[in-house]
Amino acid sequence: MKRFFSLIGRDLTLAVRQGSAVTLGLSFFVIVIILFPLGVGPELAVLARIGPGVLWVAALLACLLTLDRMFQADYEDGSLDLLMIGPLPLEILVLAKVIAHWLTSVLPLIVIAPILALSLNLPGEGISALVVSLLIGTPTLSLIGSVGAALTMAMRRGGVLLSLLVLPLYIPVLIFGVAAVEAAVAQLSVTPHLLLLGGVSLGALVVGPLAAAAALRLSLS
Amino acid sequence: MSFAVRNLACQRAEQLVFENVSFSLASGEAIWVRGRNGAGKSSLLRICARLLSPLAGEITWNDEDIFKDSETYVGSYHYLGHQEALKYAMTVRENIGFWSMFHGTEDVVSALEQFDLQKLADTPTGLLSQGQKKRTNLARLVASSAKLWILDEPLSALDKHYIALFKERLMRHLAAGGMALFATHQDLELEQVKLLDLDDGAL
Amino acid sequence: MAIDLHRYANPKRFLAITAAIYPWSVWLTAILLLSGLYLSLFVAPPDYQQGDTVRIMFVHVPAAWMALMIYTMMAISSAVGLIWKHPVADLSAKAAAPIGACFTFLALVTGSLWGQPMWGTFWVWDARLTSMLILLFLYLGYMAIWESFDDPAKAAKAAAILALVGVINIPIIRFSVDWWNTLHQPASVATMAGPKIHSSILIPLLVMGLAYTAFFVMVLIIRVKAEILKRRLRVLQIAELRES
Repeated sequence: MKRFFSLIGRDLTLAVRQGSAVTLGLSFFVIVIILFPLGVGPELAVLARIGPGVLWVAALLACLLTLDRMFQADYEDGSLDLLMIGPLPLEILVLAKVIAHWLTSVLPLIVIAPILALSLNLPGEGISALVVSLLIGTPTLSLIGSVGAALTMAMRRGGVLLSLLVLPLYIPVLIFGVAAVEAAVAQLSVTPHLLLLGGVSLGALVVGPLAAAAALRLSLS
Repeated sequence: MSFAVRNLACQRAEQLVFENVSFSLASGEAIWVRGRNGAGKSSLLRICARLLSPLAGEITWNDEDIFKDSETYVGSYHYLGHQEALKYAMTVRENIGFWSMFHGTEDVVSALEQFDLQKLADTPTGLLSQGQKKRTNLARLVASSAKLWILDEPLSALDKHYIALFKERLMRHLAAGGMALFATHQDLELEQVKLLDLDDGAL
Repeated sequence: MAIDLHRYANPKRFLAITAAIYPWSVWLTAILLLSGLYLSLFVAPPDYQQGDTVRIMFVHVPAAWMALMIYTMMAISSAVGLIWKHPVADLSAKAAAPIGACFTFLALVTGSLWGQPMWGTFWVWDARLTSMLILLFLYLGYMAIWESFDDPAKAAKAAAILALVGVINIPIIRFSVDWWNTLHQPASVATMAGPKIHSSILIPLLVMGLAYTAFFVMVLIIRVKAEILKRRLRVLQIAELRES
């Protein structure tokens, strides 16, 4: 357990000191969302209508942006070798990296999402549903993403391939996440959507680390 | 304690790199792996560190297969590859501290002292020279309590003084019952070690 | 070199078996396809609402079946390849992918051609069509990862992991798309699969499905054979390199 947390701690320290990954992801998220009013026009009714989808898609893409570095940095400097031969099971190691990725790249997006939601004229009920759905749904993005990140880790231009591999698998999260927000806006029950989202997350919690660990073993061999 | 390699064969990118490599190490022994470029020195060391799977053959630690029953083997060896495995945004102390915690040893301070790193301890490793980075890694090695050292080119970018220091630490490690398996291009002038030449696969 | 040769000698039995099946698959494809097309284009009655347009369905629906079946088969082959390290299993998964992608594409194109007269537009975000589109991307990703590794052994494992993760996801994706579709119910005209299927429609559909399957087997055999020969060539080239 101590090793597990110290690995997360190390990744957080690095993210804070290097800073760029966090701020880049955040700026990307904000810019993508700004592009939509510029693209479809400033009518508040239209923005409120597309708001939930835009926010979720932007969060998906911003998460994807930092995903390729999940294992790559450790792979390039040889740290991954040493992590893999250590006493921590590889699946647990993947889980630590996933948690670190989520905390550094996804959590900041969730924190500023309400402000951006306001700018898209999303009503109050929608905003709280948005935050809750992001909190429940985005861990799946990091978990499924870890499989793609592990598979493309050793490739020079793995980022493009990574998006092709991972984005189709993100579709259920997007659908259930947006549906939850839209249900809240329409004053309907949010629970079924959130339960489905949680179910997907739990499934990803099982499959993600297993598959990513297998992919890491193969990429290193 | 014993480490034994039997009839090992290695294949990389569909090419057979070496085959029928066998050797064994007992307490206090060291093996210096040599061979031309591409002879498979790094691959052999990576296989022994459980980072690669061999095509054929077996490796045992105290008569247990290191790939099947790895529990006793993990923690008994320390692998130092050619990559630095240092995070440039963290200081020397933090880097060494993380790894010694991760691999289960805590004695960071004395390790720093042994390789004259006290003054650099709070410098981010990104600012160090190649030789200083290498020393940081050697300090990690000394800080570990591992019995078996697996070292891939541990001495590149080091000057004579530190090579001598490394030799001295290696001898001390062997005298204390440790083992070492290493590959280096430097001429170490070590008489007590066995040579393994991968070009002809014999000791 | 002894080890290498042993490893690639394995497919020999596979080649012997498929050599026996291959002529049968060619004849079956030809007969089934001709009779299936005859049944669907001339024998099956036109729909009272859709007219002759309904005949596109006989090409479309079996293609969609094949698209799903081939992905499932790839996932099973991949699991066999991962667990038992059987080289032919990896190769057949690899060889099947482009065929599956073609069937998916065929299903999409015929779907949109059918949609034009029915819905008045070439593309409607219908749940089935959308799922097919996502499946096409799963195929493309699978094919891309095979191309991204230099070492075929690594590529095989990577692709197998992806295929297995994909096959777990397909039902979830399918369910989520249905869910999404019921939330955003479009002005519903007619869905692809009619409510009740009469035997005059069902029989041509099944014959076409069998014809596609025979065609798939035929092309798969050709492609796996080509892959095996390609591997052998590689081994020989490498052996030659080592000797020189």
